[in-house]
Amino acid sequence: MTDSSTGDLVRRTAVDLAAMITKGEATAVEVAQAHLDRIDAVDGRIHAFLHVDHQGALAAAAAVDAKRSAGESLGTLAGVPLALKDVFTTAGIPTTAGSKILEGWRPPYDAALVERLRAADIVILGKTNCDEFAMGSSTENSAYGPTHNPWDETRIPGGSGGGSSAALAAHFAPLAIGTDTGGSIRQPAAVTGTVGVKPTYGGVSRYGLIACASSLDQGGPCARNVLDAALLHEVIAGHDPRDATSIDQAVPAVVEAARRREIGGMRIGVVREFAGEGYEPGVLASVRAAIDVLTELGADVVEVSCPSFTYALPAYYLILPSEVSSNLARFDAMRFGLRVGDDGTHSAEEVMAMTRGAGFGPEVKRRIILGTYALSSGYFDAYYGQAQKVRTLIARDFAAAFDQVDVLVSPTTPTTAFPLGERADDPLAMYLADLCTIPANLAGNAAMSLPVGLSDGLPVGLQVMAPVLADDRIYRVAGALEQALDDRRGHALLEKAPTL
Amino acid sequence: MSPSTPDLVPYDEALSRYEPVLGLEVHVELSTASKMFCGCPTGFGAEPNTQVCPVCLGLPGALPVMNAEALDAVIRIGLALGCDIAPWCRFARKNYFYPDMPKNFQISQYDEPIAYGGSLDVMIDTDDGPQTFTVGIERAHMEEDTGKSLHVGGATGRIHGAQHSLVDYNRAGIPLIEIVTKPVPGLGKYVPELARAYVGELRDILRSLDVSDVRMEQGSLRCDVNVSIAPVGAAEWGKRTETKNVNSLRSVERAVRYEIGRQAAVLDAGGTVKQETRHWQEGSGTTAPGRSKEEAEDYRYFPEPDLVPIAPTPERVEELRGTLPELPRALRVRLLGEWQLSPLDMQALINAGAVDLVVATVAAGAPPADARKWWLGELARAANETGTELSALPVTPAQVARVVELVADGALNDKLARQVLEGVLAGEGEPDEIVAARGLAVVSDEGALGKAVDAAIAGNPDVAGKIRDGKIAAAGALVGAVMKATRGQADAARVRDLLLERLGPPE
Repeated sequence: MTDSSTGDLVRRTAVDLAAMITKGEATAVEVAQAHLDRIDAVDGRIHAFLHVDHQGALAAAAAVDAKRSAGESLGTLAGVPLALKDVFTTAGIPTTAGSKILEGWRPPYDAALVERLRAADIVILGKTNCDEFAMGSSTENSAYGPTHNPWDETRIPGGSGGGSSAALAAHFAPLAIGTDTGGSIRQPAAVTGTVGVKPTYGGVSRYGLIACASSLDQGGPCARNVLDAALLHEVIAGHDPRDATSIDQAVPAVVEAARRREIGGMRIGVVREFAGEGYEPGVLASVRAAIDVLTELGADVVEVSCPSFTYALPAYYLILPSEVSSNLARFDAMRFGLRVGDDGTHSAEEVMAMTRGAGFGPEVKRRIILGTYALSSGYFDAYYGQAQKVRTLIARDFAAAFDQVDVLVSPTTPTTAFPLGERADDPLAMYLADLCTIPANLAGNAAMSLPVGLSDGLPVGLQVMAPVLADDRIYRVAGALEQALDDRRGHALLEKAPTL
Repeated sequence: MSPSTPDLVPYDEALSRYEPVLGLEVHVELSTASKMFCGCPTGFGAEPNTQVCPVCLGLPGALPVMNAEALDAVIRIGLALGCDIAPWCRFARKNYFYPDMPKNFQISQYDEPIAYGGSLDVMIDTDDGPQTFTVGIERAHMEEDTGKSLHVGGATGRIHGAQHSLVDYNRAGIPLIEIVTKPVPGLGKYVPELARAYVGELRDILRSLDVSDVRMEQGSLRCDVNVSIAPVGAAEWGKRTETKNVNSLRSVERAVRYEIGRQAAVLDAGGTVKQETRHWQEGSGTTAPGRSKEEAEDYRYFPEPDLVPIAPTPERVEELRGTLPELPRALRVRLLGEWQLSPLDMQALINAGAVDLVVATVAAGAPPADARKWWLGELARAANETGTELSALPVTPAQVARVVELVADGALNDKLARQVLEGVLAGEGEPDEIVAARGLAVVSDEGALGKAVDAAIAGNPDVAGKIRDGKIAAAGALVGAVMKATRGQADAARVRDLLLERLGPPE
């Protein structure tokens, strides 16, 4: 294979690659090798991956080729490479959640989502970088160093799933998996010009997802286009009896919706609260332009007010740390991971404390302390209890809005990718990156970010939100909008990214 | 005892000045096939850390899923205790760090228990005869057990001072039901007996529901004893202590009695009782303080976000109510009639923990009177001597029934039957095997027995003469002589018949 055709393989969509493999125009091993080669050549600059599984990826690809040779039918994404956020357990493959406390840990089991990827013959290239335990909006909280945005290597790729979004934008993989607790799929997608979906809470199994905040976490698909995301969504979604919060209902018809590319008569609400001060003018302009396109496509666009959304961020920063403080208690050096101070002179309690002191980074410690305080006797009602009430109000705002409209739209994040280091010492400024994405996590709704334009040469994302279990609606709107924007531009937005 | 331990005030004296209040928390391990939140088996005694998986080890990413069988069990327990069943409730996380708790939080229930507001009637002996007391049940809720720590190299067997510790996670995640009483005031000196009787009654109920092995010595039923005392007539109750590690019914009673005496001594000396956790020391028969905590533990309870709320439908609750067996108390009322027992007889059976055993022995074919006689007599004595519960003796109701049958058939007399039971308890096998092996059959050879009878008549002409004159009561002496000559291996009734045949019984 020539260099130019290898280069071609890494720029193709997942749909194209699957078709080529099925038709015999490329082998799965060739496809995997092309992506691995690019990672080896370029990821030194980007640092999207914490672990690249050359051997496992090539073995999985070879198995796909063997199936094809044997005449077996292949799944819709068989042989397509994927970058997996390092918060899902992978049997025998290092899994760190971006934390020193799990350095060197090789889980004994695959996450449910990983099982589904393998069953679909998707080729897992490796584990991608993220903020420690998915806490952050820039990947700067990773214990293993930050990831760089392929659009501008001095800028953040978003977070916590910056490794996955950067892997897509840098053409290391056509598909990726993220997790979204307060925007960790959507905000990285927005700032890297890629597509990221947070499915309805309970739509994708959390079994084997290393928890950040249990009631908010949701795994979801990331891709360079809407249809690829829908195909991956279909693979990973569905009921799992090992996750009690998994929804026992049919997966919404997301692929059909993504292919429909027509939104005539759909009612679209623009969230009034997500504009104004703190929003970059270029971001608002791109979003406004995209909304105009939706109108031109025949949608009925109205402004909708969701007053409680203003309280989403403070409520989130009580609920999330509370759950974090409990979920992360298991990292105690007793059964797995880092162990510090086990030299015969320290008690078990001291070893626990020393290990946690050495193994957790500052943001994780900050949230554990916040959560421990919020749950303390005497403070519970004032903090956690009040926050849960806000959560109910937000769900009511969504319900009222969805009485009027089919989907809601807003900017995904108030700004484009900010420079690495700019907000690293200012947690509150960092938290504002998730201002628009958090309400969907608190209420459990489906939501997506898709690229709609550039502001000063950096990508801008539009967020589309739908009711619980109406994930198909976001794909319908996004599919039509993406097509219209690509047609007007003459190419996909990501084509404008610098060549690495 | 450490030098700082105050002396005990004698029990009766303590009760003359102080009024105790009792509270009991019982933890029951369910005998479900799998654990509370994963599919691991629950069998007792397996090799350490062989019944574990990512979920019960608390590995990153693992999630709990509720065991539906355990929910059925707790609902049935709640119904049997007269509780209301919550139409909607949740699990909660109880957060604290300890090496044998894999997640460093326990999934439990906090302010929304599945069952609440019941009661349990308990009968105890009083100076006025057997009386029934009603113990209020505050709640019954579901939770998961912790692993088990073995602390090596310390003096106390506890974690502080140990050289190292071994942890077995087989027990981690086994379904536990915690049953909590309301405070029980106003019982005066009967508090220790009531505590014991309550746990015994609860155990019988749980056994009849077939939800747990209820073996205190294996830890499948564990009791925490809460005791406080206050001067008689005081407006407020005293500070309570919670005594753990109470592993038998007898210890429940002793621990309560000890705490009353100990707390009385503290108050008498002008001190205050510390609200604390204490540990029962079986060997010394005392309680010792746990690690002193500078401040109260804050468990930071919050609703468990990995599990969905529990909402049993009224139909399901009624369906489960339909599966309740005849409960021990109802059974006893029925038996009083069927077996023609006095309340005192019944109380003796209850006190000995023999009701179920006698019922099973009767079911195996023995007449109730005989079944009672052996369990309350010979076997109760054996249990007493070895310091075990009657139900823990290595003898089955079926074996007792067989011994009763052998006596009824005339193959054994009472003396021989006792030897057979001794053999069963010693592990020598089934009753028939022991009869054969020990050569314990009654002398039933009519020839041999006849010769012994003739010899007795010949050797006691005076007695024989009295019998011939109609003084039948005198026959006992000759029966005794024959029994002595046959070393007890004769059927006394048959001997009597043979004597009377020969000495011309009156019509």
